Amino acid sequence: MSVTEERSWTARVRRRAVGALPPEKLLPDRQPSYVASWIYVFGVLSLASLVVLIASGCILATKGPGWWHVTGIGHFFNSIHLWSVELFFFFMVIHLWGKYWMAAWRGGRARVWMTGAVTFLVAVPCALTGYVSQQNFDAQWISTQAKDAMNSVGVGAFFNLLNFGQMYSYHVLLLPLAVVGLVVAHILLVRKHGVVPPFDLRERVSQEPAREPETESD
Amino acid sequence: MTRRERRSLDVDRYREWKGAYLPYDIVKEATIALGAVLALCLVLTILLSSPDERPSTVQSWARTDPVDFVTTATTELDGSSGTGGYGPPYNHASVGQHIAFIYLQKWLGVSHPVDTARDFVLAPLRSITSQPLLHAAVTAYQSASPAQQAKWSGAYEKGLAKASSTPGGAISVPGSGYGPLPTLMGGLLSFAQSGGLDGALLTNRQFYQTDYTKPLLLMADGGVLSNRAHAEHLLGTQWGMMNETGSYPGQVWLWLYTFWYQIKPFATSDNADILVMAVMGVLSLAFVLVPFIPGVRDIPRWIPLHRLIWRTHYRTLSR
Repeated sequence: MSVTEERSWTARVRRRAVGALPPEKLLPDRQPSYVASWIYVFGVLSLASLVVLIASGCILATKGPGWWHVTGIGHFFNSIHLWSVELFFFFMVIHLWGKYWMAAWRGGRARVWMTGAVTFLVAVPCALTGYVSQQNFDAQWISTQAKDAMNSVGVGAFFNLLNFGQMYSYHVLLLPLAVVGLVVAHILLVRKHGVVPPFDLRERVSQEPAREPETESD
Repeated sequence: MTRRERRSLDVDRYREWKGAYLPYDIVKEATIALGAVLALCLVLTILLSSPDERPSTVQSWARTDPVDFVTTATTELDGSSGTGGYGPPYNHASVGQHIAFIYLQKWLGVSHPVDTARDFVLAPLRSITSQPLLHAAVTAYQSASPAQQAKWSGAYEKGLAKASSTPGGAISVPGSGYGPLPTLMGGLLSFAQSGGLDGALLTNRQFYQTDYTKPLLLMADGGVLSNRAHAEHLLGTQWGMMNETGSYPGQVWLWLYTFWYQIKPFATSDNADILVMAVMGVLSLAFVLVPFIPGVRDIPRWIPLHRLIWRTHYRTLSR
């Protein structure tokens, strides 16, 4: 390696990225033998729901927010969008509970848990902005009800649920971008650290002091 | 062994799996999952579709319930409506909700100013052309002292409690001493029934409109939305915001947020919204920080559901 290449920012980023996530970790063709339960399916099902959710949302976005009210095909894609949202949250909640009971933050995996939890929390306003962007009675009722909570903590100053244009921008760009960014970070952290191993049954629960996880520094 | 050493040992123990591995096809798994979810969405769409109840308009409200519309408009004129006394971000009528010395609503200020008398009643009436009697009534009202205005609106609101609507959509208010208010409200009602008020409430200095703050606030002050919501079981006392029209699941992930509004002290507090937001803020933070909270992070050890999840693995070990 030449001196120039050693000092290159690009080469450094590449070395660091490949070091943290070599191809066999990023796209593995083997997995630990303990990964043998239906609970593991809900992570990938959450991701699949997100893909359907974004794809149906993109179709709705290309035709504009009023399209689905006046055409059958528009209503069809709106229904796909709705059910993929419901499934996304359903799968995500089961995935979260599964990971909780596995104590999936063990072994320096706290950041994996935290990115997953923040994804859930960011997905909630993402869905809310979708509900208030529907341009129907649901949107009117939900926005006029939810505004008081937003206003009470001052958020209403820059997140006005009664402003359709603002909510639509949040819904189709800003919040999905945040959700997708968090999901990507979450997946990369899972691939980097691997799936959390089972509890060691030799542990004597009652005799052990409370343990603290360690955020990764590597 | 120090606490730090114990912690380090524990982290190392679970950092990397050193046992057996099995073949795995991540791309195949993701493809199958995508196909399954897509199929499930298609089935749910074909069987259940999605709700789309037409929105209410000021026009439909004024036509179907003119007495409620005029009663609401009168409270907007004298500032006694929900929006009129709301405080930030709409006006300075109150300081808004708070917890102890924390006044976030007040501190963030009036970002969407709404003068209910001017924006919902007087300015729309001024925009109606070729109505000299109506304009004279507006002038008479604006020229009167605040005490006289309050006297007229107070009397008119009492009369409205006994008012009835005619088949033609007008209203009949018994009694007298209302000053120019019957003319004002008759003009506003006609304007609303023609659809003009829907447009007037959206009008600003630009051609394109996307902000429905004013018409939604006006409708929320009346009964047009809440009556429909009651019929659809969407009121706050009916776990409102998380529900959706029809029998659709709605935002069920908001159940915990909605739950607090059903119990005391939140259900009866004037500061319910900020209290619920504070509770949910603390719980959300705790949710993110589960790995660091003693007790919460230890429950999976104490209640070993993981034995069920990894039963195949443990069975293999025991053999």
